[in-house]
Amino acid sequence: MSEQSIEERAQRFLAVLRHCQVLGMSVESADSKGLTLRLPYAPHIVGSPDTGVIHGGAITTLMDTTCGISTVCVLPEFEICPTLDLRIDYMHPALPGKDVFGFAECYRVTPNIIFTRGYAYQDDPEQPIAHVVGAFMRMGKAVQGGAELKRNIRQGGGA
Amino acid sequence: MSELSLEQLVARAHQQNDYDPLISLIPYAKLLGIECLRLGDDMVFRLPANHDCIGNPVLPALHGGVIAGFMEHAAMLHLLMFMGIPHLPKIIDFSIDYLRAGHYRDTYAQCQVWRQGRRVANVAITAWQTRQTEPIATARTHFKVDEP
Repeated sequence: MSEQSIEERAQRFLAVLRHCQVLGMSVESADSKGLTLRLPYAPHIVGSPDTGVIHGGAITTLMDTTCGISTVCVLPEFEICPTLDLRIDYMHPALPGKDVFGFAECYRVTPNIIFTRGYAYQDDPEQPIAHVVGAFMRMGKAVQGGAELKRNIRQGGGA
Repeated sequence: MSELSLEQLVARAHQQNDYDPLISLIPYAKLLGIECLRLGDDMVFRLPANHDCIGNPVLPALHGGVIAGFMEHAAMLHLLMFMGIPHLPKIIDFSIDYLRAGHYRDTYAQCQVWRQGRRVANVAITAWQTRQTEPIATARTHFKVDEP
């Protein structure tokens, strides 16, 4: 599978997630090693009106999405993978006015579970604002109702 | 927003049983459409079904991040309302287990403070849609509650 097709599939995956469109999230880069998404700074995701710092919930959404879509980096075919669990540790608060990037990679793939890990950062990936681990369930390739979505993500169009 | 006015807002919300001004303070809570329902001495938080919160277009189901953000914010509001904290608590970590799909319908959450120390509070949150005994997600979080 080409690196370009990984990025295209990640883009199509993100495009069908309504809430991610509301937050204006976009694919920054994607290859077989992992996925980076961008969450643009916006006044409507602020959690602390005094400081203008982004709400932890928006960071959680960014990281849940990044970990979830990072499964396309390791799976040859699209599969629906719901989140089993997710843990976020906050290293320091995000700086107001700046976009947040989320990186995630799959570090273990079994027939049933995909283990992912990642981090959120602003300017410097070496100074992450949060570390994340998440486990995802593999529902198999033939989940009811997933056929059309799968086709859209593989081939484009529709979404 | 001074600390005093936040305390006053909490007191007024309790007095008038109207928590909207408190919710409106936080843009992200307004975006999700979070509501508070007071039931005696208990507080139940509600996330009304909203098309903009969908993450899985197939089911359709709410985005897991929205469920997590709702639960995190419920925990923060719970600490503000009941634990006498005069400022917004700061999140340290957050861990969530997804137990069932969060369908496109109203979601509820209730919080339990297992421990509040001088510096850190531990809060457990349960979210459900049909009945409380069938949660769609459970979460736990630590907040820093001493001076910001």
